[in-house]
Amino acid sequence: MTLSDTIYLLPELIVSAGAMLLLIAPVVWRRVGQRAAKWVMLGLLVVTAASIVYCSWAVANVTPSAMFGAMFTLDAFAIFFKLLFVLTIAMIVLLSDDYLAGTRYSSWEYYSLLAFALCGMMFMASGIHLATIYIGLELMSLSSYILAGYFKNEQKSTEAAMKYFVLGAVSSAILLYGISLIFGVTGSLNLITISKAMSTLVTNDALMFGIMLLGAGLCFKIAAVPFHVWTPDVYEGAPTPITAFLSTASKSAAFAIFLRIFYVALPQFHLDWQNVLGTIAALSMIVGNLAAITQDNVKRMLAYSSIGHAGYVLLGVLSASEMGIQGVLVYSVVYVFATLGIWATVLMMARHEYGGERVDDFEGLHRRAPLWAFAMVIFLLSLGGIPPTAGFIGKYFLFAAAVQAGFGWLAIVAVLMSAVSMFYYLRLVVAMYLRDGSDAEVVSAGSLKAVAFVCLVVTLLFGILPSPLIDQVKKSSGWVATRATMLANGR
Amino acid sequence: MPILNIITYIPLAGALVILFFVNKVNTRAIRIIATMTAAIDFVVSLWLWPNFNPKATGDAMWQFQERYDWIPSLGVQYHFGIDGIALLLILLTTFMGVIAVVSSYSAIHQREKEYYALLLMLQTGMIGTFCSLDFFLFYVFWEVMLVPMYFIIGIWGGQRKLYAAIKFFLYTLAGSVLMLLSILALYFFNDGGIPFLNIAGLGNAATFDVLKYHEIGHLIPPTLQFWIFLGFFFGFAIKVPMFPFHTWLPDAHVEAPTAGSIILAAVLLKMGTYGFVRFALPILPDATKELIWPIVVLSLIGIIYGALVSLVQKDMKKLVAYSSVSHLGFVMIGMFALNPMGIKGSVLQMINHGISTGALFFLVGVVYERRHTRLISEYGGLAKQMPRYATMFLIAALSSMGLPALNGFIGEFTILLGVANRNITWAAFAAVGIVLGAAYLLWLYQRVFWGPLDNPANQTLKDMNARELGLMIPLVVLMIWIGVAPKPFFDAIDVPVDYIVRKVDRSYHDAKPLPVPEAPAAEHRQVAEVHD
Repeated sequence: MTLSDTIYLLPELIVSAGAMLLLIAPVVWRRVGQRAAKWVMLGLLVVTAASIVYCSWAVANVTPSAMFGAMFTLDAFAIFFKLLFVLTIAMIVLLSDDYLAGTRYSSWEYYSLLAFALCGMMFMASGIHLATIYIGLELMSLSSYILAGYFKNEQKSTEAAMKYFVLGAVSSAILLYGISLIFGVTGSLNLITISKAMSTLVTNDALMFGIMLLGAGLCFKIAAVPFHVWTPDVYEGAPTPITAFLSTASKSAAFAIFLRIFYVALPQFHLDWQNVLGTIAALSMIVGNLAAITQDNVKRMLAYSSIGHAGYVLLGVLSASEMGIQGVLVYSVVYVFATLGIWATVLMMARHEYGGERVDDFEGLHRRAPLWAFAMVIFLLSLGGIPPTAGFIGKYFLFAAAVQAGFGWLAIVAVLMSAVSMFYYLRLVVAMYLRDGSDAEVVSAGSLKAVAFVCLVVTLLFGILPSPLIDQVKKSSGWVATRATMLANGR
Repeated sequence: MPILNIITYIPLAGALVILFFVNKVNTRAIRIIATMTAAIDFVVSLWLWPNFNPKATGDAMWQFQERYDWIPSLGVQYHFGIDGIALLLILLTTFMGVIAVVSSYSAIHQREKEYYALLLMLQTGMIGTFCSLDFFLFYVFWEVMLVPMYFIIGIWGGQRKLYAAIKFFLYTLAGSVLMLLSILALYFFNDGGIPFLNIAGLGNAATFDVLKYHEIGHLIPPTLQFWIFLGFFFGFAIKVPMFPFHTWLPDAHVEAPTAGSIILAAVLLKMGTYGFVRFALPILPDATKELIWPIVVLSLIGIIYGALVSLVQKDMKKLVAYSSVSHLGFVMIGMFALNPMGIKGSVLQMINHGISTGALFFLVGVVYERRHTRLISEYGGLAKQMPRYATMFLIAALSSMGLPALNGFIGEFTILLGVANRNITWAAFAAVGIVLGAAYLLWLYQRVFWGPLDNPANQTLKDMNARELGLMIPLVVLMIWIGVAPKPFFDAIDVPVDYIVRKVDRSYHDAKPLPVPEAPAAEHRQVAEVHD
């Protein structure tokens, strides 16, 4: 490693420095207001995005597959996820702005924690060493525990944080135990070395146990059944923008390492983990979607729905194919935009004491705010996978990957469950369009409008013209996908 | 000239104009724009008729083709093109589109802007579905239809509209996602295969081109065909709807506003039968032949059960709705006779059912708007009070029950010929359906129009006005036209039907012109009983 290698860490360095700046800014400049924090944070994100683009351009010339003692990589896969994270966090900042202004909690610390979480996620995307990945994951998780309990005087928020922290800590321990077992058997934490060591191994109980524990730890992070029990309470109790963060960015990061670990380090055992993941995926889709039907609280409904969506994405992971990876990437993108659009609407409703947490609060929205209601319908259709929205393209990839990999039964469960999911998404549509509610006019904040607008445009655009997204994903699945191709040829 | 695209997107353009450029209080302008849009679309689609060459065979059979790359990396193309079957269905769609819009003037009084916009968007979805020759594109249009129809039932429907709308949406969605899986299986079979199941692919370039699948269909191993057929079956049978997947239909029909029912009966139900005839039969010949029996049995149950349930209905609209189950059973059984006669009759009966049942729903709507009830017991003796209405209703009912010289007869007769040619027992059971059809329609007519005009509320009823007559007369003209001179319609579908028969039953044309029916003596006796 030379000093010039540091340039590949530039985005992470910028985010860390920015996070610390956000932390000390209100202490050093006492007269600076709360609102300024948003602009500092957005500026930081713009600089980060620029540095990621710069790095990707620099990497294109040198192709460093592994840096810093083979702990870190900067391939197209990592860059794809990093840009997605920055974009997601930027939208979450816009969602948070108005929400925080109505409370007496400090914006500076809040954004600082978001920046730390972002830094952790970026390390997760780039890690090709279990230690890097673990540290990134912990940085993200610890930041989100605090953020979930950020409204420290509200009982629900504190309770959510407590549950999230205790269960999260246990799952981290399980993950760590799995990592240590894998290290014990293979003698390395580097993903590529692990896979090489494994090619000479026959099935080994300690190793299988290690893989299982590792998978369990990861499934906790993506909230897959049976590791999902924390989700509804945490999603309901956490401040709404943080719920949006947990359901999008935090999950995409977990899926990034899921793909990285299972495809790069453990491809030899794909026949073993495929069926286990298949069961987990089926359970997540069934439990998540069926439980969502009975929820009257929108946050809880979306929490269960996100469990179902984790199940769909697992189809892409377990299919161990190029199409599967592409499916995960495409779905991460379309899911982020549809979900954040919905959270923007929920926050807009919450803004003027309309509530927005209960399905009933949405009654008659089409008269009070026709454009919001229309946008909400598009987001819900996208989550349900109805064309011509982007959600259909995402689901198409995942279902196709499952069919191609021979998991026809899972694909059948998946399509039927996505029909079930339309049932509860339609409950919101029914409330908005088919019932009359209060006539009070809705005044929405500009930042929320901006998020909803971007999400709407992207959701429709990628639904009608998905080619740019698909081409980008094909490029970005990178060598993680080549591992899958090797797999396909090997079987 | 991209004529098919023009026909498909004129309604959408009209919908966007209504949504973005017209104030919602200006209902007059909204109606005018909606009517103009539908009328222009119909006139433009008429242009297809003289320019369509019904004699063209082979690749030239698919006319007015348009092909653009849409998602090249997946092999998805934007591929439009029609044959005679699609041509007739598109004309039916644009025609019924006008009827639906105009019939809504007096029925819809709230949220008209959204209503007409959704009605027009629905039309874009329907025409696009008939035009698509790419599975991906087809699926997109197929799903796009769901959303406007859901809103039309859900917002402007009757008492239990929410229940009916959600049931409609979920039922059809569940079917269509299974169809999507079948499409995927086809796609991978053509492409790389499914290694895990040891299904070797053909190694062709990835494509969703329907015509390509027509070519390779017979290469698919029978077991795979069976599973693919099953997925298609759920998608299409729910839409048809075949017994026992029909339960969404009465709810949707009864709760939908009149125009919704008209479109639902005339066009949406044809999506299912069209799907069978366009995809399931030519692409999956082995599975089709293997599954003839279960499908025919379900169709026969549908024919008889639908008719029997119609007999006991108290609500006129529900009666007409169940009669659709019965009539669509005819369409299905004709199709699964798998000979040219049966399929021709089946396709023509799709059109006939659209016209007749569309007319019946419209006519039920006419009295419903005046009396706000559809209970048969509320009426009686209407022939005295509303003679024009009674005449129109009689013609529509006769057409629906298959009286000679009207369209229904031609369709049902051709179907029966085709079916009898395959299996005389099936034809015998189907014939029972015709008898029952006459029974429930004539009994309905008797109860509503004859007898004393003793309900005071009926004594002030106004007869059909000029607008309503103006809508009915073209329908009646069509009924008589098809009934008296069906040749141009048969000519249009001759070549495509022959094409489908060749695909599904390769031996058919090698055999003798008309295979001798292999009916055992016992079955002859049964037929004799029916004729007695």
